[in-house]
Amino acid sequence: MSEAKTKQSLHKRNDQLANANRQLEILNNGIFANGELPKFADKIAEIGHFPLRPNTLEILQINVGYMCNQVCEHCHVDAGPDRKEIMTKETMQQCLEVIKKTGAHTLDLTGGAPEMNPNFRWFVEEASKAGIKDFIVRSNLTIIRANKKHYDLPDFFKKHNVHVVSSMPHWTRGKTDKQRGDGVFDKSIKALQELNERGYGMPDSDLRLDLVYNPSGAFLPGDQASMEKDFKKALLEDFNIQFHHLFAITNLPISRFLDYLIASENYEDYMYALVEAYNPSAVANVMCTNTISISWDGWLYDCDFNQMLDLKVASKVKHISEYNEELLQNRNIIISQHCYGCTAGAGSSCQGTVA
Amino acid sequence: MSKTYYDPADLRKFGKITEWSEELGTKFFDYYGKVFEEGALSAREKSLIALAVAHTEQCPYCIDAYTKDTLQRGITKEEMMEAVHVGAAIKSGATLVHGVMMMNKVNKLEM
Repeated sequence: MSEAKTKQSLHKRNDQLANANRQLEILNNGIFANGELPKFADKIAEIGHFPLRPNTLEILQINVGYMCNQVCEHCHVDAGPDRKEIMTKETMQQCLEVIKKTGAHTLDLTGGAPEMNPNFRWFVEEASKAGIKDFIVRSNLTIIRANKKHYDLPDFFKKHNVHVVSSMPHWTRGKTDKQRGDGVFDKSIKALQELNERGYGMPDSDLRLDLVYNPSGAFLPGDQASMEKDFKKALLEDFNIQFHHLFAITNLPISRFLDYLIASENYEDYMYALVEAYNPSAVANVMCTNTISISWDGWLYDCDFNQMLDLKVASKVKHISEYNEELLQNRNIIISQHCYGCTAGAGSSCQGTVA
Repeated sequence: MSKTYYDPADLRKFGKITEWSEELGTKFFDYYGKVFEEGALSAREKSLIALAVAHTEQCPYCIDAYTKDTLQRGITKEEMMEAVHVGAAIKSGATLVHGVMMMNKVNKLEM
């Protein structure tokens, strides 16, 4: 594939798949409309989980903007340098009010590259005062080496005891660069070494560094524990890098990954693979049951994937400005066929497997 | 009947083998599943063995399934191709070693 800097998001290209409704049309028709494969709603109804309802709220996931320094092949956000959707300080202020009151124990900042939001550091400083137990920033690693102004991010993260969760598709250069762009592997390795130097990811360190593995193609992730073992061995032997846990995350068939599946004629096989790997025991703990996702413009969603499909929560409360946790917890979760991605095999969430 | 002997979509129907002989089919799949569990060999090693054998057996379904399986396990292309070469070496070695039979026969027949 071409270099990251030459690529554009689906939105910038005005691609039809930049449209959430078009994506939902694809997911709801074809093999799911003609009865070849069962719809997700029917599948979870078999085990009494329809409509899907929230459990205790544990995670507030805030997407502070779709701008990113990378244009990854599989990105469900369709993020990239050409995306201008950035959370304003005003919306961040509204988020802070919620963070102070929420019952959730985890705050999870994501993007795009969250660090590219001009108010990112202010937001982290303010949010870290709320005393939330686990404060995650999803950093793509290369941002740390992208520009001098970001070089001190490892120190900044350490100062605020941020839990760093970073994408790393493979321990080899070829697979990583193919998915995330040329040069990403070397920059990621350098960034991981810098985080290690600050104590991040070291065996007895409280500075938590976890990696996220997404398959680099139309196949599902392997066993998370085995993959973690392989990643740890290879990164330690080859680069003297250490980290705590690996989260194996399934690519969901939306946005750029859906575009890739269709273009490579893998869509039907991939959907079959997801449905065949459906694991009923993963349903009760899927991410949307313990998470609220907040978009850059303050809308509320069941998860980051529903955010990208513009499926706002089915609740009277739909925006951060009117946030009410009790009312929100009384909603039905919106589902479609992409949800099979979270129930395949050992299940998948932003925190890895769930079953 | 399709116009070709092999149809990629048939791989998805493999499980239906049990429909015409449930007991034997179920026993086979139980055995199959057990074979590929972690044991003295890791599931990763077993997947590479399966990939090599898939090629020596020249089974399109098996090549399809175990190429995907090895990718899922994070196995690299280099490892996959080395496994296929192991299969190829044994397969060609098995051919060539029969040359000894030929040589024996020639030696017996010629004056």
